[in-house]
Amino acid sequence: MLRVENLDVFYGDAQALDGVSIEIEEGAIVAIVGANGAGKTSLIRTIAGMHKPTRGHVYFRGLDIAGWPSHRVCDLGIGQVAEGRQVFPTLSVAENLEMGAMLPRARAERAKNLERIYAMFPVLIERRQQAAGTLSGGEQQMLAIGRCLMGSPDLVMFDEPSLGLAPTIVQSVLQTVRDLNREGLTCVLVEQNVAVSLKLASHAYVLENGRITLAGSGEALLGDDRVRQAYLGM
Amino acid sequence: MNLAIVLNVVIQGVLTGLMYGLMALGLSVIFGVVRVVNFAHGEFAVVAMYATYLLFVGLGLDPLISLLPIALAFFAIGYFLQITLVNRFVGRSEHEQFILLVGLAIIIVNGLLMIFGPDARPTNLPYSLDSFEIGPLFIDTARVYSAVAALLVSAALFAFFRYTTTGTAIRACADNLTGAGVVGLNVKRLYAVTFGIGLACVGAAGSLMVTIADASPSLAQSFTLLAFTIVIIGGLGSMTGALVGGVLIGVSEAMASFFFAPSMKSMFSFALLVAVLVLRPQGLMGRRA
Ligand SMILES: Nc1ncnc2c1ncn2[C@@H]1O[C@H](COP(=O)(O)OP(=O)(O)OP(=O)(O)O)[C@@H](O)[C@H]1O
Ligand SMILES: [Mg+2]
Repeated sequence: MLRVENLDVFYGDAQALDGVSIEIEEGAIVAIVGANGAGKTSLIRTIAGMHKPTRGHVYFRGLDIAGWPSHRVCDLGIGQVAEGRQVFPTLSVAENLEMGAMLPRARAERAKNLERIYAMFPVLIERRQQAAGTLSGGEQQMLAIGRCLMGSPDLVMFDEPSLGLAPTIVQSVLQTVRDLNREGLTCVLVEQNVAVSLKLASHAYVLENGRITLAGSGEALLGDDRVRQAYLGM
Repeated sequence: MNLAIVLNVVIQGVLTGLMYGLMALGLSVIFGVVRVVNFAHGEFAVVAMYATYLLFVGLGLDPLISLLPIALAFFAIGYFLQITLVNRFVGRSEHEQFILLVGLAIIIVNGLLMIFGPDARPTNLPYSLDSFEIGPLFIDTARVYSAVAALLVSAALFAFFRYTTTGTAIRACADNLTGAGVVGLNVKRLYAVTFGIGLACVGAAGSLMVTIADASPSLAQSFTLLAFTIVIIGGLGSMTGALVGGVLIGVSEAMASFFFAPSMKSMFSFALLVAVLVLRPQGLMGRRA
């Protein structure tokens, strides 16, 4: 579904990604594991069109979309639950959700998607008219996920969706990712909680200093000594 | 001193201030969203004054009517300018943006000088000397019409930002630009719409301004400064702030002209500006500094 080939990304002179290649199959959950500053967010944002790669290709369903602007990438069905949630703080919850459905591909399904999201996260109905900036962290994460789903995506990249949330809420966010995947959504998952994300994932990549150093099934990586040492503290 | 006279002066100031407010609203909207200061703002206001003058002299159109086509044309100009020129400068350093827009301002003023010469062009409206008499109050008819028109245009703008999806999307860009990229808003297009709206505001304000001033290239710089002062007093990026600031400056100018001398009105405006900067640096309606 998505194939990244030899992606190089720079911020000025500093290289954030160096020849990164990954492949994401339709219907999979693919985990990307890496330390702080490894380049996970850079990879996601480059795929999403928020940052232009210096070299390399991003094929989505056969189309090379490297360097496309984000509004065109999103309209292909590539959604993102971004690092730091990135809700619109002064807009109401309802307006935030509406902003997720501005894409041409999503307009016709707006009402249906909204109903589905409110059913998934009933707390958002109560908070409909409230400014997003006044929500709790967990509620903002639900809003960020809901807003992304308003765009009717086929592939969603989750960038640390449980960061800064209480343990019980972390559970429910990851459960949401699993449920969405069972309903057919292809997911890319970046998680600080490496053990859990590898258990969820059918396939996983380890990113170190902008390079892919290890790849395999989630289970295989869970059993890999290097992964156990570096990310699981075992 | 007679209370009625003071009241007359204040009312006149409020009415003028609403026109100023509309002009400043344009500057505020552009800065609040695109994060570029339109240093050619007053120049655009004067272009609108000349356009209004020409439509009046040539076709006999009242400014209150020519306001609409002029605002539309200015929207198109703003949209085009942003797409072709200003978008390239978004996010660049401030001095580069400054040079671009000041350059534009210089081109506009000198263009006007070439076409119309330095002499002021008055738009002699048939009702320009009429006034409403309410008890002891005499209020200029033209000013009342212009102020009402300025309020209506401002109200339309508020409604646009509050109730339309495009307006909401523009607010979203101002709120969180990264978030706008995340959900796939077409930021460049929304910026172009915003710049267009900003210029439509100045265009409409310029049209109305012919009821209180004669079109002249020499007005341009003082209008830019005026709009800038108002926006800072009201609070950068706050739309209500721009209107409130406009009214405040309008009243301050009217009082200064009446009680002291017309040439001293700017001094009072700047004193007000300094006072606001000292006491409330974020402006009257601004969010945090
Ligand atoms: N906007 C930017 N400008 C300059 N350098 C950046 C920028 N964003 C990221 N970097 C650098 O690029 C590298 C990769 O950062 P990135 O945010 O992609 O890592 P990450 O794996 O998502 O880290 P984290 O776990 O902290 O979120 C880091 O060295 C970071 O300092
Ligand atoms: Mg990151």
